[in-house]
Amino acid sequence: MSHEKAINDLKIKSSMFSLEGITSSLHQWLYATLSPTFALLAECVIVILLAIALFAALGLVLVLMERKVAAHIQIRLGPNRVGPGGMFQTVADTLKLIMKEGLTPDKADKFLFNLAPFIVMIVAMLLLAPIAFAKGFQIWDINIGVLYLSAISSLSVIGILMAGWASNNKYSLLGAMRSGAQIVSYELSAGLAILSIVVLSGSLQISDIIAAQENGWWLFKGHIPVIISFVIFIIAVTAETNRAPFDLAEAESELTAGFHTEYSGMRFALFFLAEYINIFIVCAIGATLFLGGWMPLHIGHWEGFNHIMDYIPSSIWFFGKTIFLIFLIMWFRWTFPRLRVDQLLNLEWKYLLPISMLNLILVTIIAIFGWHF
Amino acid sequence: MYTQTEIIKDTTINGSEGELVINVGPQHPATHGVLHLVITLNGETIKKIEPHLGYIHRSIEKMCESLTYRQFIYVTSRMDYLSSHINNEACALCVEKGLQIEVPARAKVIRVLMGELTRIASHELWLGAMAMDLGAFTPFFYTFREREMINEIMEDTCGARLTMNYMVAGGVAMDLHPDFQRKVKLFVTQFKKRVPEFDDLITNNIIFQNRMKGVGVLSGEDAISYGCTGPVARGSGVSSDIRKLYPYDGYDAVAFDEVLETAGDSYARYLVRLREMHQSIRIIEQLIDAIPEGDFQAKTKAVLKLPKGEFYTRVETARGELGVYIVSEGGTTPYRIKFRSPGFSNLSALHHMAKGSKIGDLMATMGTLDLVIPDIDR
Repeated sequence: MSHEKAINDLKIKSSMFSLEGITSSLHQWLYATLSPTFALLAECVIVILLAIALFAALGLVLVLMERKVAAHIQIRLGPNRVGPGGMFQTVADTLKLIMKEGLTPDKADKFLFNLAPFIVMIVAMLLLAPIAFAKGFQIWDINIGVLYLSAISSLSVIGILMAGWASNNKYSLLGAMRSGAQIVSYELSAGLAILSIVVLSGSLQISDIIAAQENGWWLFKGHIPVIISFVIFIIAVTAETNRAPFDLAEAESELTAGFHTEYSGMRFALFFLAEYINIFIVCAIGATLFLGGWMPLHIGHWEGFNHIMDYIPSSIWFFGKTIFLIFLIMWFRWTFPRLRVDQLLNLEWKYLLPISMLNLILVTIIAIFGWHF
Repeated sequence: MYTQTEIIKDTTINGSEGELVINVGPQHPATHGVLHLVITLNGETIKKIEPHLGYIHRSIEKMCESLTYRQFIYVTSRMDYLSSHINNEACALCVEKGLQIEVPARAKVIRVLMGELTRIASHELWLGAMAMDLGAFTPFFYTFREREMINEIMEDTCGARLTMNYMVAGGVAMDLHPDFQRKVKLFVTQFKKRVPEFDDLITNNIIFQNRMKGVGVLSGEDAISYGCTGPVARGSGVSSDIRKLYPYDGYDAVAFDEVLETAGDSYARYLVRLREMHQSIRIIEQLIDAIPEGDFQAKTKAVLKLPKGEFYTRVETARGELGVYIVSEGGTTPYRIKFRSPGFSNLSALHHMAKGSKIGDLMATMGTLDLVIPDIDR
């Protein structure tokens, strides 16, 4: 098939741009020079350093992006003083937060209070493992990747509940309780939306799911049910990451700052950073499952078009899709008012959950009869 | 000093079994000032709301007693700072009533024009702040874009943007700026063009409607018995527009409708204020090309002395009925002054409206009451 030929051409022509070449040669070189144990150890160190660097970079970029998007929507300029176009605004903010005193309230449970931001952060870090950032650029291609993602992502609620409870503040407690109810509820429909893609791909492994979208992304291949899943997924992850219009856990006008009212300095920054990392991760999952991850846009038998698309590096495809979804979520925040707590739970239990269950049945039927493209 | 166990046992701090007492304010993002609400909660449901006042009490009534009739008008700018112009107008009207000064026709039209611009500016700010109470930040910037134009007009006319101090007994302090008509006309066209944006962004938003409809319901009878006025009363179907009922400064000569809604919920109050802005635009459109020539101020004596007696005037501010009651002993300063401020009565209905609802609803209800704390707490 000429299509496969195009892929092969791509492999040869764009190997210099591809991250896969770098990682595999590095892997081979490490195992050739060091003993397997030390090679593995060296790889671990490299991965940890890269993950931390990615964290810092993502935090800086996403916070600036949020402020710029908000400014654009709100007819203002946004940060424009520190560095060209306000590029280093987040660096300045981070420096300020590092230098601030990290207060612990007198009556707080000090151990839990100090532990909570790290739990939220560690959970966000763990979630990076199975995400494929580019072709062949993945930390851990585990065969239960999707299950791992949904299992670990529900752990962050423990950190939030811990923060709310340990602060010994009534606003924090109310915020944490809201957050608990919200994350546990929306986990269900997010899981069901993810399952519909698992059913279509027939695998839980991230690389298999991406490979299944080689000739078209699931969003376009899977008819209306997958589009419904995608919409439900976006709504559910917006709620799961406590973003407006579902930001009840930190509803500013109601609970001042919700569960992180009492946090200051770097511990506050950890919560703040974890929020953005979580947004990135859920959007990366959405891009991987529904929009084909690093897979370029391929339309049926348009050979020429597909060929041109293949020239765009896979990392750009992945980050482009992810940032598009992040933009969507930011757009929601700066457009919609907040839901009330009972409306939030009604939306999940009365509408999203039954719809996603029915939808999953439809997707299963499509998958069994092979009606998708 | 309390001991730890005493604090736990004290039901005013922690509530009785199954209750949670939280202090909303005096520093809280949703109270827009130093209002302090002590709220008793059962879970998220509100059982009791107790407003605590006094954090911004400046004894304005007492201060007025030591100021002359020319001076005291300007202290009232600091009561309801969002409709300071209309507060000043009420005081000027009361002094004019006492001295039986005939205000020139030009001054009356200027007063009405500036009053309606102030009303629009106040409602614009309310719209943004209320959307912010509901968790939507963006409308605030859009409403401030409109409000900025009005503030510029005010600045041109009298040099100040918020506390204008433009009224004097017998007219206005100075004549209009030559650019006034052009700028007001520009504002009117811009406003009409941009109102659909608010409908897209807020009014027709399903989340917004769900948050507002059927929330914070106040029946007509309750509105009367709590003494609610202004858009709060009109949202409950109670006709209370002073401009219609007791016209002053020539409001009887312009055509406008009193906006009434019957539902009595937050959405009704929202619609009343939104449509009131259109009525204000209607008034401005009628008057902007018909400003009569002549004096902008009546000739008055240098020192004003009200005759012995009691005088009362009322005006419609952006928040409701403002009454000014002056007791004069015949001197140069008032013997006693009492202001009937709309915010105080409207706040008293809050417990009745928000009892049994969720915390989020309390913020929405409080937003539609349009509370200005210095007006409640003079």
